[in-house]
Amino acid sequence: MSTATTVAPEPRAATPLNYLNVEYGWRSWLFTKDHKRIALLYLISITFYFFIGGAFAVLMRIHLIDPQGALVQPETYNKLFTMHGIIMIFFFLIPSIPSVLGNFLVPLMIGARDLAFPRLNLLSWYIYMLGGAFTMYSVIHGGVDTGWTFYTPYSSTYANSQVIPAALGIFITGFSSILTGLNFIVTIHKMRAPGMTWFRMPLFLWSMYATSIIFVLGTPVLAIALFLLFLERVFQVGIFTPALGGDPLLFQHLFWFYSHPAVYIMILPAMGVISEIVPCFSRKRIFGYKVIGFSSVAIAVLSFLVWGHHMFVTGQSIYTGLVFSALSFMVAIPSAIKVFNWTATLYKGSISYDAPMLYALGFIGLFTMGGLTGLFLASLSTDVQLNGTYFIVAHFHYIMVGGAVMGYLGGMHYWWPKISGRLYPEIWARLAAAIIFVGFNLTFFPQFMLGYLGMPRRYAFYPAEFQFLNVMSSAGASILGVGYLIPLIYFAWSMRYGPIAGPNPWGATGLEWQTPSPPPKDNFEQPPAVADEAYDYAHQEVGLV
Amino acid sequence: MAAQPIVPFRTYVLVFVALLVLVALTTGAAFIDLGPFNTVVALGIAFIKMMLVLLFFMHLLHSNKLTHVTAVAAAFWLLLLIGLVFADYTSRGWIPDPAPWSSSAPPTHP
Amino acid sequence: MSEAHSGRIHIAHQFESSDQQHEAGTLGIWIFLATEVMFFGGLFTGYALDRWLYYPAFAAASRILDIRLGAINTAVLLTSSFTMALSVRAAQTAKRGALALLLILTMLLGAVFLGIKGFEYYQKFVEHVVPSLDFAPQGEVLARLAPGGLGHAQLFFCFYFFMTGLHALHMIVGLGLLFVLLLRALGSEFNAGYYAPVEVTGLYWHFVDIIWIFLFPLLYLIGGRF
Ligand SMILES: [Cu+2]
Repeated sequence: MSTATTVAPEPRAATPLNYLNVEYGWRSWLFTKDHKRIALLYLISITFYFFIGGAFAVLMRIHLIDPQGALVQPETYNKLFTMHGIIMIFFFLIPSIPSVLGNFLVPLMIGARDLAFPRLNLLSWYIYMLGGAFTMYSVIHGGVDTGWTFYTPYSSTYANSQVIPAALGIFITGFSSILTGLNFIVTIHKMRAPGMTWFRMPLFLWSMYATSIIFVLGTPVLAIALFLLFLERVFQVGIFTPALGGDPLLFQHLFWFYSHPAVYIMILPAMGVISEIVPCFSRKRIFGYKVIGFSSVAIAVLSFLVWGHHMFVTGQSIYTGLVFSALSFMVAIPSAIKVFNWTATLYKGSISYDAPMLYALGFIGLFTMGGLTGLFLASLSTDVQLNGTYFIVAHFHYIMVGGAVMGYLGGMHYWWPKISGRLYPEIWARLAAAIIFVGFNLTFFPQFMLGYLGMPRRYAFYPAEFQFLNVMSSAGASILGVGYLIPLIYFAWSMRYGPIAGPNPWGATGLEWQTPSPPPKDNFEQPPAVADEAYDYAHQEVGLV
Repeated sequence: MAAQPIVPFRTYVLVFVALLVLVALTTGAAFIDLGPFNTVVALGIAFIKMMLVLLFFMHLLHSNKLTHVTAVAAAFWLLLLIGLVFADYTSRGWIPDPAPWSSSAPPTHP
Repeated sequence: MSEAHSGRIHIAHQFESSDQQHEAGTLGIWIFLATEVMFFGGLFTGYALDRWLYYPAFAAASRILDIRLGAINTAVLLTSSFTMALSVRAAQTAKRGALALLLILTMLLGAVFLGIKGFEYYQKFVEHVVPSLDFAPQGEVLARLAPGGLGHAQLFFCFYFFMTGLHALHMIVGLGLLFVLLLRALGSEFNAGYYAPVEVTGLYWHFVDIIWIFLFPLLYLIGGRF
């Protein structure tokens, strides 16, 4: 049953001052140093990019309804999947949970007034927007067709599209990730409220910390790889060009050194969100707190040791392939541990199926499928068969859409009352969650089958016998698209018309629920202190603050 | 203020002199043929110089554990990158190249 | 970070104490330096790989570089690190005059380094060993590079220009930071209780020095000079 209805809106004569109404005017937003306002700036920006990237996906799925291609020229099709990948990965998924929810919640959850470096935080948003502007320039001036991976020498020599602005855009955006990660690490180390020990922190913070490690140590390698690509393309100097003595695999090594861990930049924060939602809506202490926390850090470290699994068929040495394969299996262990722990938390819990919980349950199932199919790809021999097919496309969409986007939406629903101070319409939210779940599976499950049957990815045409599954996938995509539009509408609606949420509509534990919604500018009216573990749902009747 | 010990002036001077001596040493060593050890000596001296700068000029000697962890993590991740890339390139020759395909004798499957 | 007003410690609103503020700043810069290690790390990886693959060409090309200028520049930069370390000490002990003087000295040494580096770049243009723009060595230079293969020699010079160029860029940023620091020092913003900006800039400056400590042997001393 929804706990939302148990809290009556607090009758107050005048709206108390909070971070939203404390100042007005565009200057108070564009020059703000308040982490909560910066989170909202990010929210607006990434929502914009999400729908741009989504539009490219829709065009692709329409095109693939017909085996001969229904919509665009093959060259355009190449640009569609490239721009879809670049925008969704670098401008939506990577900043989604860290820069929006993380930015909003990290100081609130540890009981601080702000992040350690508020100005760097604002700077990171401007850097993100600048990078986005470069990328949009490349979209408007004809797009890129290299695939989001920018493999050399195609990208450095042969591609006849806007590689330079796109690569520079990603290069620039990388620094915004680095600043966010740096800010989070310092904040979590140095700004915790009295009594907030490491093992009393909400698990969301552990996942943010682990994500930040990857931001800080991985992103610069991608930056330098893209910068070298830029120089290579401008000057034709030859570091990655075999004809000039260079080595294209070096680019792949540098690229995947970041871009495999980047998968965990997308999924770790979602795992953190799930670790918050599951105990709250099971009314139970989370099972295996420490193991979940440490497994986040373990994932962050191990994720740097497996990048070669993207290069099994590229001419990388077979022995290294073996090592990378074994290590890739290892990184599955901490991920599986988390799934077991969430499931154990559900066991004998008094579960309520509010919208955030629906997303969380969807996450657990879809992430498990995405993770298990990842093991197919981590083993050398099956990867040779499946590499470059739709199986891979389906696998990483189960992780990134079924996992990361589900986690993001779950988190948005869970914390929306805190962010906006208002409740969204629960019925619509549950409906949207169901539509998204159905649409998602209809879109991507057929792609597993297509890949297994041998349909290669990144082709504008396909043999006629694959049409049935492709049409299913396209139909699912249209359902998914509708599913994503509904929350946009009711979130916007609820900002003005939603019922007042009160400080703690879910009866959740955690410092962020002990301050009014929306929180005041400095987060807490009194400096908070912590005396209990997180997720103490068994012992205290929380929520009715 | 956080307890930041003030390093004696003498220490800074000694470290500085040591650094200059090491520059002379490493430059001089380049003129002597040591075979493969030229690289070892050059990088070894660079490592010592780095440690001197880190420990004394950058106060790593008096820093807290967290700073040590950060510095070690950076070094570890760099070695990870270089190490695994080299693991690939150095082990490529371990398998002899398969015989080239010939169109006259198609491969037979058992 | 913090805004300081002369003579007292200003604590930014998000911090509880000056200790917390100081520790956050120091941790922040160390994490940033870890990022920089990985940023240069990509270049070091590529360099190490190609040096290993094409050792003769790299050794021959390395011998084209002027080892004397390289060594002098190393000494200049280490001296600037020394004066930078002393600047932090002057800030800690609240010696304002010495602080300003040492900062100026550090900047001068940094400028000398960049000057020498610029002269070396000029030499490369004279010798026609600038990749892509002007790579057509002649005469003696050609004779020394040819045995290892000109293509791979060009690769060496790619790395030479990228690595020293990126390093020089960091030097220029460092000079800018030092200049701001000098202005603040002249405005008597620092005292024994508040000197974190000097310390943080110092850490950055030393880090740039460490990068050069490795660039010098890697680029100038590879093949020996015997
Ligand atoms: Cu991967």
